[in-house]
Amino acid sequence: MITIRDVEHVAKLARLSLSDEEKQLYTEQLAKILGYFDELQKVDTTGVEPMAHALSLTSVVRDDLVVAPPGSSVVLACAPESENGYFKVPRIGE
Amino acid sequence: MKELVGKSVQELRALLGGKAVSAREVLAAHRQHIDSVEPELQAFNCLTEDLAARQAARVDKLIADGEVLPPLAGVPIALKDNICVPGYPTTCSSRILESYRPPYQATVAERLQEAGAIFVGKTNLDEFAMGSSTENSGFKPTRNPWNTAMVPGGSSGGSAVAVASGMSVIALGSDTGGSIRQPASFCGVAGMKPTYGRVSRFGLVAFASSLDQIGPLGRCLEDVAITLSVISGHDGKDSTSLSLPVPEYVKELTGDVEGLRIGVISELTGQGMDAEVLESVELAARQLGQLGAGVEEVSLPATRHALAVYYLIATAEASANLARYDGVKYGYRHRQAEDLLSMYRASRQEGFGVEVKRRIMLGTYALSSGYYDAYYKKAQQVRRLIKEEFDRAFARFDLLVCPTSPTVAFEFGARTGDPLQMYLSDIATIPVNLAGLPGISIPCGFGKSGLPIGLQLIGPTLGDAQVLRAAHAFEQATEFHKKRSPVLSAA
Repeated sequence: MITIRDVEHVAKLARLSLSDEEKQLYTEQLAKILGYFDELQKVDTTGVEPMAHALSLTSVVRDDLVVAPPGSSVVLACAPESENGYFKVPRIGE
Repeated sequence: MKELVGKSVQELRALLGGKAVSAREVLAAHRQHIDSVEPELQAFNCLTEDLAARQAARVDKLIADGEVLPPLAGVPIALKDNICVPGYPTTCSSRILESYRPPYQATVAERLQEAGAIFVGKTNLDEFAMGSSTENSGFKPTRNPWNTAMVPGGSSGGSAVAVASGMSVIALGSDTGGSIRQPASFCGVAGMKPTYGRVSRFGLVAFASSLDQIGPLGRCLEDVAITLSVISGHDGKDSTSLSLPVPEYVKELTGDVEGLRIGVISELTGQGMDAEVLESVELAARQLGQLGAGVEEVSLPATRHALAVYYLIATAEASANLARYDGVKYGYRHRQAEDLLSMYRASRQEGFGVEVKRRIMLGTYALSSGYYDAYYKKAQQVRRLIKEEFDRAFARFDLLVCPTSPTVAFEFGARTGDPLQMYLSDIATIPVNLAGLPGISIPCGFGKSGLPIGLQLIGPTLGDAQVLRAAHAFEQATEFHKKRSPVLSAA
């Protein structure tokens, strides 16, 4: 059974700072949803290879052609903050 | 000018080719219609007016120069707002991307431009395509043109409404678990999810990469077939796009279903489905039989597990795909954070809506240490069982049919309090994505309340042409697609 501590742990992994109300809501809802998903445990999957994709694709390679990249100014124009051609972020660590 | 609204691709082509009207006039008629119905329906996040004017001028020049017109010349199209078009926002109806303007173009948008289409605007959706009613849009609800007290379905609700209301002739949506087919069903239009890999996903904002596929919506099968041929084909920018020739799908619309073997999925035509939906679908199956197809019941017991499998796989993939929204490279940033980690957490907390966060939480949980085998791996194993069951069914049948959705369109707020209830709206469409198959929803009746009912036809891998052929044969033999939503029939 999923607890509020599980929800807090998962929120930390997912980089979400949930409010107390959200923690409560998600604890209840995830418990209900995961409870419904438990039916899968009854399915016999002995020896069944997990399927990651609908297509049985092997590695695809394309021609090694030189193409014009959009350029760093175009990319940086999308950023919330940049400086001297770099993405700018708040302090990292202590 | 009103008479230019509600036309098909071929009708517009004849008018433009015969110089009876110009592309500018077609666009102006649609703009006028948008001005009159959009304030109530709210299908669009933005209108791409300058681009549309340039595209229409280009088509008019082709006409003036006596050039052969490309397949969608002068045809107004709406694009779901998770498909990148440079120069305009691509928001995914999320606060986190509200100010994002992509510096690149989706391959489908490029192909539509080359085909002469006119982009009228970007349509509303459930945030990041996560939802079945468009109520999860971070901006606004979109209303169903048949009855504005009802949801349009989702997540491609805006695209379905644009087509059903006549604000565009065709539209593109994306379908991860039913997001083209279910709103098409709710809005009484045709909507197709092609075989996985048929259409390039380059420039489609990722939700669940092993399930996402772009596809067309239209008021008739011919329009859907023409659009699918334009957007299909290999793309070096999407390694999952199939390197196979693209049929001219419109030539496959022969009206002939003689000898086609059709299986009615028994697990999806019983419990959990509304009686009026089942009745219409049963009549539709009988109609296909009268047209010469052999119709039989088929049992696909593993599809019972599809919903659980889907919500584990899709949320796991989504939690990984949405990790990119970190307030650094693009999108919303919380400005008051003192360090990087708090900036990530606050930006994501404020930028994402409640359903998106719920799914990120679910997916992160399913992938987390200690639960991976029990949930994610198990779901992938059952996914294979579902796929193999479809493979066996397609050894005996050419097509499978069932309802698109268990119900007709529901009221706003009816399911928002219970996520599991909302997820159940996708019970009949989800198995198709898990197996990567082509599926379409077409109108097959109306409920007691007058709302449209959708029939889903499912084909084997790369059986897109036979799905379209059978859907078209049904359309031609029936009148359902001719009934228009009130806002369009009043135009």
